[in-house]
Amino acid sequence: MAFVRHILVVAWKDLHLELRTKEVINASLSFALVILLLFSFAFDPTAEQTREISGGLLWLVFAFAGTLIVNRSFSRELSNDCLDALIVSPVSGAALFLGKCLGNVTLLLAVELISLPVFGAFYNVPWTRQFCPLFLVLGLASWGLAIIGTMFSALTANLKLRELMLPVLVYPLMIPGLMAAIQLTTPLVAGQPLSGDLLGWLKLLVGFDVIFTALALALVETILVG
Amino acid sequence: MIALQAQGVWKYYGDYPALRDLNFTVDTGSCLALLGRNGAGKTTLLRILAGLSKPTRGRATLFGQEVREQGTRRRIGVLGHGIGVYDELSAFENLCLFGRLYGVQDPQKEAIEWLRRVGLDRVKDGLVREFSRGMRQRLAVARAFLHSPSVLFLDEPFTALDDRAVTILQDLLQDARSEGRTIIISTHQLPEALRLATHVLLISQGRLAFCGQRTSEMVDNPGVLYRLFAEA
Repeated sequence: MAFVRHILVVAWKDLHLELRTKEVINASLSFALVILLLFSFAFDPTAEQTREISGGLLWLVFAFAGTLIVNRSFSRELSNDCLDALIVSPVSGAALFLGKCLGNVTLLLAVELISLPVFGAFYNVPWTRQFCPLFLVLGLASWGLAIIGTMFSALTANLKLRELMLPVLVYPLMIPGLMAAIQLTTPLVAGQPLSGDLLGWLKLLVGFDVIFTALALALVETILVG
Repeated sequence: MIALQAQGVWKYYGDYPALRDLNFTVDTGSCLALLGRNGAGKTTLLRILAGLSKPTRGRATLFGQEVREQGTRRRIGVLGHGIGVYDELSAFENLCLFGRLYGVQDPQKEAIEWLRRVGLDRVKDGLVREFSRGMRQRLAVARAFLHSPSVLFLDEPFTALDDRAVTILQDLLQDARSEGRTIIISTHQLPEALRLATHVLLISQGRLAFCGQRTSEMVDNPGVLYRLFAEA
């Protein structure tokens, strides 16, 4: 019970701080919207080929916007040594980590849900037709991105070049998750249901999340305390 | 009863041994002044004892349990170099947050009570980033004491405090001592620390130079410790 309460308190704290400062959400949302706008000029939105790469376009935007969000996750705690105050508190490393992931996923999903209508308008795709499965895919892929991003955010928090190091470390590990998310998102935003081979990609995405969540939880205490 | 025990504690930063084979115990209810020159290893030792860092070799226990045990952490309060509160939250929100993390029964009531005790009740809704350095330090003191810890770790607690805040902290520490809490205080301000302390632990170049009861001679002439032990 205390474990769940700690997760929720940490997530609430991160979201509360973000809503007050808006330092991450403004940057990642404006980045996502500008890139979607630029892509709509670079590619012919009505061409069939553009629709076939729509999942890739979307996840390229979400992955870059996502690293802007996760990057601040632990570096925000360095000011005033707040991370030390959290580490000496009864909050376990796992609860602290999951709380931060929950906060990051919420922000990621907010950026994605605001970007999707813009994407739908620019590219003229019926993205609302398969909204529930699309939301499931967004949630699963965002969780994977949040887990890996938050883990490396903790690892790189004390580095001077953390803004550069984080994407270099996160993107290679995200490849399987992003591949699955792209394969699943492309038909879903075109209004086609999930079926056949696509279910294999869904299983891959679930497996990806489970493996990296377990790995991160096993390592987090070592990462935080050394 | 032993509150705290260090057994063969070594800490290396790369090849450099910051702490070398420290062995000592601290009894429940005592106040230990952790003394030493700059770079002697005081903060490193305090971080290990508080569970913020792991020793390279050896172990530190609190009431016979590993320091990183969740139940043990509930019993410690730490006031470190940083104030450990969020600039973008108000004083009240900060204390409520830590009250919830420590499982305090009524976090809001406790937060208001502690803000009153450290003289910040009139600015409870002000954001911490708008506070003066002394006010921030007083809020950090309230955060460290909020959950009634059995063991207090204080690293340079008198730094940046004005006269009023020093008095508040000294009163709180006297209260803590009279309530039987264990206090570990690391500082360069020898007179303040030695007045409070029941025991003294002196570190010199990572080694234990002296560990024993505080004497009246130490209070009258604080420099004697360094002359007798640290510069030997």
